[in-house]
Amino acid sequence: MNKQKTFENMIHGIFLLLGLITVGCVLLITLYLVLAGIPAIRTIGLKDFLFNARWASTAKEPSYGILPFILTSVYGTAGAILIGVPIGFLTSVYLAKMAPAKIRMIVSGAVSLLAGIPSVVYGLVGMMVLVPGIRKLFRVPDGASLLAAIIVLAVMILPSIINVSITALEAVPKEYEDASLALGATPVETWFKVSVPAARSGIAAAVVLGVGRAIGEAMAVMMVSGNAPNLPELFGSVRFLTTAVASEMSYSSGLQRQALFSIALVLFLFIMLINAALNFFLKRSKEG
Amino acid sequence: MKRILPVFLTALLTCSALAGCAAQQKGGSVSTDGSTSMEEVIGVLGEAFQENNDGVTFTYNPTGSGSGIQAVQEGRCDIGLSSRSLKEEEKAGGLTETVLAYDGIAVIVNPQNAVEDLDVDTIAKIYTGEITNWSELGGNDAQIVVIGREAGSGTRAGFESITGTEDACRYRQELTSTGDVITTVSQNPDAIGYASLAAVSDQVKAISVGGIAPAETTVKDGSYVIQRPFVLVTKNDAKLSDTAQKFFDFALSDEAAPLISQAGAVPVK
Repeated sequence: MNKQKTFENMIHGIFLLLGLITVGCVLLITLYLVLAGIPAIRTIGLKDFLFNARWASTAKEPSYGILPFILTSVYGTAGAILIGVPIGFLTSVYLAKMAPAKIRMIVSGAVSLLAGIPSVVYGLVGMMVLVPGIRKLFRVPDGASLLAAIIVLAVMILPSIINVSITALEAVPKEYEDASLALGATPVETWFKVSVPAARSGIAAAVVLGVGRAIGEAMAVMMVSGNAPNLPELFGSVRFLTTAVASEMSYSSGLQRQALFSIALVLFLFIMLINAALNFFLKRSKEG
Repeated sequence: MKRILPVFLTALLTCSALAGCAAQQKGGSVSTDGSTSMEEVIGVLGEAFQENNDGVTFTYNPTGSGSGIQAVQEGRCDIGLSSRSLKEEEKAGGLTETVLAYDGIAVIVNPQNAVEDLDVDTIAKIYTGEITNWSELGGNDAQIVVIGREAGSGTRAGFESITGTEDACRYRQELTSTGDVITTVSQNPDAIGYASLAAVSDQVKAISVGGIAPAETTVKDGSYVIQRPFVLVTKNDAKLSDTAQKFFDFALSDEAAPLISQAGAVPVK
């Protein structure tokens, strides 16, 4: 009996330890980012770092303003959400409520496949097809632009939005829908007035997940956005927070390298903010 | 990726050095310090040198040309690596340069582009945004799309210093690898870019500069001007150690020439 208890306790201990690994990683990354990111901000000055629009890290008189990167990341993510959420949301309603089993199987398979494609492949296809396509379609000198990045990101966030929304929609109790139908509502009325509101916290989670994925993507975006540190324009060459870190890291040194860590810190704060917002909205929707 | 090689090399060397010491006191060591652009060239030479000489330690510290020259001056390494010629004051300070190889930087355009030849001034004007349309240069009426490399890249530093456009280039795209530059230029009929000569393929057209087409021969005789030397820097008054001298001789030998070509540079021999 006693032996069994010891064994139980041991297992508990092991699971606790495994659980703490995640917590430990988060703490370690946070601590490292803060420690590595602060020095450059102190040298450059917080205001100059965040609100100066000129980034010239290797110039004779270097300037480290990341306003273009911040705005680009915000615009790019907003654009991807604007395109990706309606498509993803309506797809998930269709798949969860409307689609015949056969079609549902095919579409779900395609969505899972989309989720599994590595981001470098998105980037490559974007570079070879999308960028020349935008150049020809809109008659601009060069297709590598914010628009190309938005389209790539919109496609990349579709699987997260669709999968999480489907799960939320399927978790709506069938009695709700039956009651609505019994009261004489049409199926479409039922889906949009009963099922979707009941699943709203899950759908909100899906959107935030999409935001998180879009703002954190580096590789695919780097290949289609042109990477010049300009203020964002739809057809202009732009650099995101993520690509600003990734593109210059390999040869950087001194204050330039420290400033890259500071950019990573800013990105990290953005993601914390998104998570906090998500928790806030989820809590409120549960209470309300 | 670029950063991994030296770290890996150093780790490998440390291991082999320790093993070497334990077995017997033979070999010796060569330490090099300097230009990041010379990484590939010095990497293959170092590897080959170690293969041929058992138990030799070869280290390469990628710090940049300026730091490499300073390191050899202060005796912190055997051979300094510089991807530019020494300045007069550096030579006066007791340093000697020996050219190991030349690195040609080709200016590339799309094969559909009618422009065949530009001079350095014109190229500089394109990159600084003074000339913005191909029609000013005898091409189509289309805006020039200026492609370059990211800040910190050796190719960018070389190109900008030769054309005198440091900190003044107005890039439409800043890409992070030679391959990306070539792909992008091959996709856009109005693009112009630059890339290491050895990497240029049929996908793009390397234009001639001031009437001289980029090629191994024109880079070697100096008539193709967008090029820079890869230089080994040594001290006048201090003799190299036997091992370092051996590496120095090997790097300049006929045997090393194909390795240097393979790494993308034009050997002196």
